[in-house]
Amino acid sequence: MKDLFSKFDPLIAERQALLDTGVRDPFSIVMDKVLSPTLAVIQGRETILLGTYNYMGMTFDRDVIEAGKRALDEFGSGTTGSRVLNGTYQGHKECEEALKLFYGTEHAMVFSTGYQANLGLMSTIAGKEDYIVLDADSHASIYDGCALGNAQIVRFRHNSVEDLDKRLGRLPTEGGRLVVLEGVYSMLGDIAPLREMVDVAKKHGAMVAVDEAHGMGFFGPNGRGVFEEAGVEGQVDFVIGTFSKSVGTVGGFIVSNHPKFEVLRLVCRPYVFTASLPPSVVATAATSIRKLMHAGEKRAHLWENSRRLHKGLRDLGFTIATPEPQSAIIAILLPDQQKTVTMWQALLERGVYVNMARPPATPAGMYLLRCSLCAEHSSEQVGQILDRFAAAGRETGCIG
Amino acid sequence: MTDREETFAKVAELIEPFNKKGVDLEESTTFAGDLEWDSLTVMDFVAAIEDEFDILITMNMQAEIETVGQLVDAVEELRNEG
Repeated sequence: MKDLFSKFDPLIAERQALLDTGVRDPFSIVMDKVLSPTLAVIQGRETILLGTYNYMGMTFDRDVIEAGKRALDEFGSGTTGSRVLNGTYQGHKECEEALKLFYGTEHAMVFSTGYQANLGLMSTIAGKEDYIVLDADSHASIYDGCALGNAQIVRFRHNSVEDLDKRLGRLPTEGGRLVVLEGVYSMLGDIAPLREMVDVAKKHGAMVAVDEAHGMGFFGPNGRGVFEEAGVEGQVDFVIGTFSKSVGTVGGFIVSNHPKFEVLRLVCRPYVFTASLPPSVVATAATSIRKLMHAGEKRAHLWENSRRLHKGLRDLGFTIATPEPQSAIIAILLPDQQKTVTMWQALLERGVYVNMARPPATPAGMYLLRCSLCAEHSSEQVGQILDRFAAAGRETGCIG
Repeated sequence: MTDREETFAKVAELIEPFNKKGVDLEESTTFAGDLEWDSLTVMDFVAAIEDEFDILITMNMQAEIETVGQLVDAVEELRNEG
């Protein structure tokens, strides 16, 4: 009888070959202690965290933690039910109110994860006769949402306004159209030309959804995301987001001004057929979102960190995916898996944790060391990070 | 040449820049197996086909197309619809 696992043999062999060279497995790190948004203990060593999505450093905010503790005491550890049955508590509604205020929208819908929010929107909003037009570098949750639904799926080249225009122009006139974009593309840390893309989408009569997972908190005057900074708020039909990045907990959401938006609560399977978030989680999220509305100084410091790390790494001789710092993600391009893992480990041994990313998560077969900054990284820490990159880079031959 | 033969010739011409191994193209030549294309090559090639024939090949259709012959049939069908 065929072993159903045999299809994974090539991956198992590749992984074993890599581990046999003596490097640590970059995909099985354990944080033994977490000291702050920017510091953890990994294998006994105090390590600067430069590979989290904790952009605004909200995970240890006093008010956020207090709100979570209070909700645990008052509402218990979990809801044990779906949002549409017994799983909507006062806290879930408060969290949706906080989102409506933050985004200035009529509607907000909280999902159990950001992944499920995308899964829900893509699979529900477009039917068999409709078209979803998406960027080729879209996040897995967008692709998976398309696979879960029945819509016709069309891809365009990453961030190409011209390619998007051409494909929309070829769509048959029947059927609805949804263009799916992301504010920040998380692998390379590049941002989308949203003004141009939204204009093109609207010219062809399409609805527009923008995923602001990696943009919420520090783009635009109110921290709403890249779409706010691009000045296209009035033309975007859906904004999808997550609580697991700048908000600092877990969960996902969609906000919209569409008058019929609320019906999604009844028809969206990834919303209906899963348990709702625990009361402590929605309480921490709501508190964090309210604080993010007034986080101007933190935002400024995060951008300062991003600019300094980008310039510092470039000056050291590393190749960065974007010519200038476009977001809080700075992605270093390396030639192959061996070199990338070796550099990753050299950094870890010096007390810096970054993300390693490899295909299929990355575009065009790239191997990346992804650094993501936090508003709570001190200027001193950024200096330490650069010193350690210099030493690790020279030791591994990644820089001269 | 019939219309289909012309389409086949044009498709074959568009495959050439991506045919790194110099595989002989037949109706039954597969993109994944014989030509060993990855998903990025497929995207670039599909864009070239779409531009040449002014058609749209959705990802849903791409999932069904495995051979050169199937692609030629799909192109023919889409052109007749348009």
